[in-house]
Amino acid sequence: MFEDFLPIFVLIGISTALTAFVLVMSRLFGPFRPNKRKLMPYESGMDPIGPAIRRIPVKFYLVAVSFIVFDIEVIFFLPWAVVYRQMGLYALAVMGLFTFILLVGYIYEWKRGGLEWE
Amino acid sequence: MVKDALIQAGMNIGWATFIDLLLGVIVAASFGMVWVLLGIWIERKWAGRFQNRIGPNRVGPYGSIQSVADALKLLTKEVIIPRNADRPVYFLAPVLVVASVILIAAVIPFSPVVIGTDLSIGILYVMAVSSIGAIGIMMAGWGSNNKYALLGAFRVVAQLISYEVPTVLSAMIPVMIAGTLSMQGLVHGQHVWFIVSAPVAAVLFFIASQAELGRAPFDLLEAESELVAGFNIEYSGMAFAMFYLAEFMHSFFVAILFSVLFLGGWRGPGAEQIPFLGIVYLFIKSILVYFVSVWLRLTVPRVRIDQLLNLNWKFLVPLAMIYVIFMAFVLKIAPVPDLSGAQAIAAGPYEGVASGIYRLLGPDFVATLPQAGVLLLANVLFVVVAAAVLREVSRRRRMRVEDLVDETDYSGAGGAGGYTPADHSETAAAR
Repeated sequence: MFEDFLPIFVLIGISTALTAFVLVMSRLFGPFRPNKRKLMPYESGMDPIGPAIRRIPVKFYLVAVSFIVFDIEVIFFLPWAVVYRQMGLYALAVMGLFTFILLVGYIYEWKRGGLEWE
Repeated sequence: MVKDALIQAGMNIGWATFIDLLLGVIVAASFGMVWVLLGIWIERKWAGRFQNRIGPNRVGPYGSIQSVADALKLLTKEVIIPRNADRPVYFLAPVLVVASVILIAAVIPFSPVVIGTDLSIGILYVMAVSSIGAIGIMMAGWGSNNKYALLGAFRVVAQLISYEVPTVLSAMIPVMIAGTLSMQGLVHGQHVWFIVSAPVAAVLFFIASQAELGRAPFDLLEAESELVAGFNIEYSGMAFAMFYLAEFMHSFFVAILFSVLFLGGWRGPGAEQIPFLGIVYLFIKSILVYFVSVWLRLTVPRVRIDQLLNLNWKFLVPLAMIYVIFMAFVLKIAPVPDLSGAQAIAAGPYEGVASGIYRLLGPDFVATLPQAGVLLLANVLFVVVAAAVLREVSRRRRMRVEDLVDETDYSGAGGAGGYTPADHSETAAAR
């Protein structure tokens, strides 16, 4: 089990090291002459107005919440899909019921305007 | 193979295993990097031809080492760190994005024997790892201290995570038919390509994965004409190159993934005996898929953010959900392929037409044909019904719009010119 995942840990190390190495190399080979104008945040040539970091608008959270609902559903679906061929009609009935409940919630969300993007 | 050779040479088993593993991983990681240099040139050539240009043609024969020249140029450029940027986040972002893409390579089955590691949860691993990239892009947008970058990062939240739902749901159909999550298992289970058994899932997966890549027509996170460059606006030199590399590798890996899930992966005549042929087959299939995605990218205009999210939440997600249950039902009534029986017929003592056909096409292929046929018919039925429902829905919507239009009185406006409210009131007042 652990041996299966060992290459992945090695790969995490390699890919991280590779990217870090490239960034360091570019610092070594490239020039480094910062000045005030150059380091200014890019705002189409204007002087930046106000702080750039602002809160994420609420509507993005709404999408994120919908995503979490469906993502958890997908996690339930996956093990079911793997063993589905070996299981009887019971598996289909149960998953059908599960999807039906989810669809009811989905339709409710749609009707309440949760999926609208103004 | 390497492992056995090392043990033969008198090495400790533990070290031999480790070196074998390290070699496989390095090959998997460097494959992406090397392919990028060639692939960017190929894509630029295609883009050139699509847009009636020649494309890169100066550096090397037909411009083929243009990418190397570009990489060297970017290496000698300054990496600017904007003022007030959050340095750790700013530099961690490209690392995370590249790593998340390279990690996909670990489970891609290039041939029956060439695979980084055949995880039992292969396809789930791919989905999990590739969604880490969204965090990296979010970090890039947040850490740059730039308004455009932050807007791009917001859109990432909306787009990349939204489209993960239909991607996973449509990838579930191959999992259901093959009965495994392992990538090799999915390839071994495809006696008939899954694009035949489940064409709707293939189309859904293709659309959703293109959106997850963030390439045109879904390139909202870096829409040049509105957000200048989106999340990577403040990145320059090699730091920018890392994002570009990650995007490019990801788009090719998605093409490979599509081939593995729906086009039979490395399968082809003789691939089981000669592993190298498997790599060639996988590459041919992936390049074809990749060509289609580049074609799409260069032809279709960019969608708006509301259209993008509506397409996902109001069309792809419900369609994929109903489709999964529908396919589960059809899979239960479809004939189960009798693989051992087919093997027996092919190897059987009696000579005959049936036996000959089984031997010619491969016993597994013939045995799976009835199931694939039933599934294909069911898919056609599904598309017909879905199209009818869509037509009805859009007809009703059109009628509602027409009703709204009827309530407005145009009669006073006069002429065939464009209608504006100001015009209308003026003429009405004049009368």
